[in-house]
Amino acid sequence: MALSYLRSSSSRSANLLRPLSSAASLRRPISTDTTPITIETSVPFTSHQCEAPSRSVETNPSELLTFFRDMALMRRMEIAADSLYKAKLIRGFCHLYDGQEAVAVGMEAAITKKDCIITAYRDHCTFVGRGGTLLEVFAELMGRQAGCSKGKGGSMHFYKKDSNFYGGHGIVGAQVPLGCGLAFAQKYSKDESVTFALYGDGAANQGQLFEALNISALWDLPAILVCENNHYGMGTAEWRAAKSPAYYKRGDYVPGLKVDGMDALAVKQACKFAKEHALKNGPIILEMDTYRYHGHSMSDPGSTYRTRDEISGIRQERDPIERVRKLVLSHDLATEKELKDIEKEVRKEVDDAIAQAKESPMPEPSELFSNVYAKGLGAESFGADRKEVRATLA
Amino acid sequence: MAAIFQGVGAAAPLSSSPSNSFDSNKSVFSPPRSFSVVRSDGIVNLNPKGRSAQRLISNAVATKADSPAASSSSKPGHELLLFEALQEGLEEEMERDPRVCVMGEDVGHYGGSYKVTKGLAKRFGDLRVLDTPIAENSFTGMGIGAAMTGLRPVIEGMNMGFLLLAFNQISNNCGMLHYTSGGQFTIPVVIRGPGGVGRQLGAEHSQRLESYFQSIPGIQMVACSTPYNAKGLMKAAIRSENPVILFEHVLLYNLKERIPDEDYICNLEEAEMVRPGEHVTILTYSRMRYHVMQAAKTLVNKGYDPEVIDIRSLKPFDLHTIGNSVKKTHRVLIVEECMRTGGIGASLTAAITENFNDYLDAPIMCLSSQDVPTPYAGTLEEVTVVQPAQIVTAVEQLCQ
Repeated sequence: MALSYLRSSSSRSANLLRPLSSAASLRRPISTDTTPITIETSVPFTSHQCEAPSRSVETNPSELLTFFRDMALMRRMEIAADSLYKAKLIRGFCHLYDGQEAVAVGMEAAITKKDCIITAYRDHCTFVGRGGTLLEVFAELMGRQAGCSKGKGGSMHFYKKDSNFYGGHGIVGAQVPLGCGLAFAQKYSKDESVTFALYGDGAANQGQLFEALNISALWDLPAILVCENNHYGMGTAEWRAAKSPAYYKRGDYVPGLKVDGMDALAVKQACKFAKEHALKNGPIILEMDTYRYHGHSMSDPGSTYRTRDEISGIRQERDPIERVRKLVLSHDLATEKELKDIEKEVRKEVDDAIAQAKESPMPEPSELFSNVYAKGLGAESFGADRKEVRATLA
Repeated sequence: MAAIFQGVGAAAPLSSSPSNSFDSNKSVFSPPRSFSVVRSDGIVNLNPKGRSAQRLISNAVATKADSPAASSSSKPGHELLLFEALQEGLEEEMERDPRVCVMGEDVGHYGGSYKVTKGLAKRFGDLRVLDTPIAENSFTGMGIGAAMTGLRPVIEGMNMGFLLLAFNQISNNCGMLHYTSGGQFTIPVVIRGPGGVGRQLGAEHSQRLESYFQSIPGIQMVACSTPYNAKGLMKAAIRSENPVILFEHVLLYNLKERIPDEDYICNLEEAEMVRPGEHVTILTYSRMRYHVMQAAKTLVNKGYDPEVIDIRSLKPFDLHTIGNSVKKTHRVLIVEECMRTGGIGASLTAAITENFNDYLDAPIMCLSSQDVPTPYAGTLEEVTVVQPAQIVTAVEQLCQ
């Protein structure tokens, strides 16, 4: 596969020069092919207080293959994190995103890095979508220095300031007011960008969401609230937690759109629509109908409150990667083998990143006291007996 | 890091240089006029004008309007009330830096429930002075989110007690984001509002939140008590890169004082020497400062010489000034308005005991409010907080 995707990952450069062994097959220049293709989304959009966008999404071979690769990377990354957790290299909480990759990938396709994204604790893939590297992910998960938060944040605290990814938050729902604050700052500086504040179906019942939504609508902020509805708030199904599980309608006076969150193209279309809407008319709610294969976190098997049939059914019928794979194959954009090769490459990339992350050292003990305050205040901090450790809070 | 903590004498003064609070990276706007940072003992650092007047307020009781605080010898200064001083500080900072904005309930068109933001909405517009709905949790969160991008919001709680609703945002997001993001984000918010026991406002409107917030890592807390330090602390808080909680007191808004005309800020981590003395160190802050000064008059008549320090910085404590004082007097009395359990006084007692135990001739006495909800009835409310007579008795006991 000579014309591979010229990605920034350095470990991939070796793969560019693969022998053209099967010279018989035609080499399609898929990586740079931007011939537009129009594809229909799986289901039409359902809207509330607004006109739904069209089902026909413009895309191109390059984008579809990017979707495939990115989602395969995210899937592989999450599965690898699962193994690392079971090997006790990752501790604490680990919330995996596999099954929901289409939301992260489709959203990125519709926006720029100037737009802000903020999400809750299921943030590994969103971080990667924003440009985070695998090394930063695995190192942070294992608490090493090379992590994106220097090992001090952990799974729930991934941030990437230079690409406007604002985390990474542990307390359910608290990120939505933060997200509306980001939108406020965008309006204040008049820079024509929007904020996507993601939350789950469990968080949709938080009061602060409605407070923030009210303020955003009042002040016409370019805030897009995205409910990643995977139908379970940890162990509680949505019908047991919400009187009205039509989360896209919960905004009342704020328009909403329900989207098939397992279809990356639908997500892309919806986010594009939402961005245009938010810049002109203020907040909008997107409900992404999606599903997570793993349990809520690594300590949750995920099968006590839902049947294995349900999980495997979704995997067979609605899996986001399989959907894109079928699209690619049916439109003849790549062969089976090429797609399998991509998956193999991705697997290797992940393994390499894990190996590299394992070599990164744990943070220095002095790092315990750094970044508490923005400027050193001379405030002293002591160990438990007030004699052992003595450091100045920085 | 095994730095030997000399604590009292050898440690460098907790930086009072102006560069600490002045972010010189803001080159987009015209630089402010020259300003000075005045330390509590009157020494001015890095000030080309060389003001030399001692700035000791030896007698500052709320009822007296003739404050003997010497103004700068170069300019006459102007007289104003504490809430006007806060407003002046806020207005000057908003003019200086367009990233500063104010959000809170009724801060805009209404002018602020205690008039601290009066006139600002008219001057700066609705996008910079924002009237929020009654939704503390979310507008505090929004302020913090905005601060993550570089804006500098000043979030007002109409009464500090209402900020309990925003505790999650203040604790987790405001205090900890700098750390959990590995230093990527700073949160330069100022959270301010009146608290403390007022005049029969009832239990829920007489709360002292400094005791609840003091454990949150990553925030700074300061309490203002005079128009001079109110303006100075407000300005320093806005310029600080850290989240600062500025505690005002409901009963102190109408204090009058003459303050300098020129630009000045007060160091956020420094305590203020109100009255130097020899016999006992009295540590206090906010409204209790005035009760202490009232008691000090009585004590002076009785022959005692108390040293009164307004600690101002509730987190972190200015152990340098406090330590020097303890070294001199060997007796400490803490007078605070927090409740006995888990208040600022409790933490201060622990900090002094651990650091300066060798210098103490007597156990530290801490006078705090009673551990009860503040009652409505006037007589009961009076007994809830520390009164001057109790301070006099405590000093007499300490100095036996």
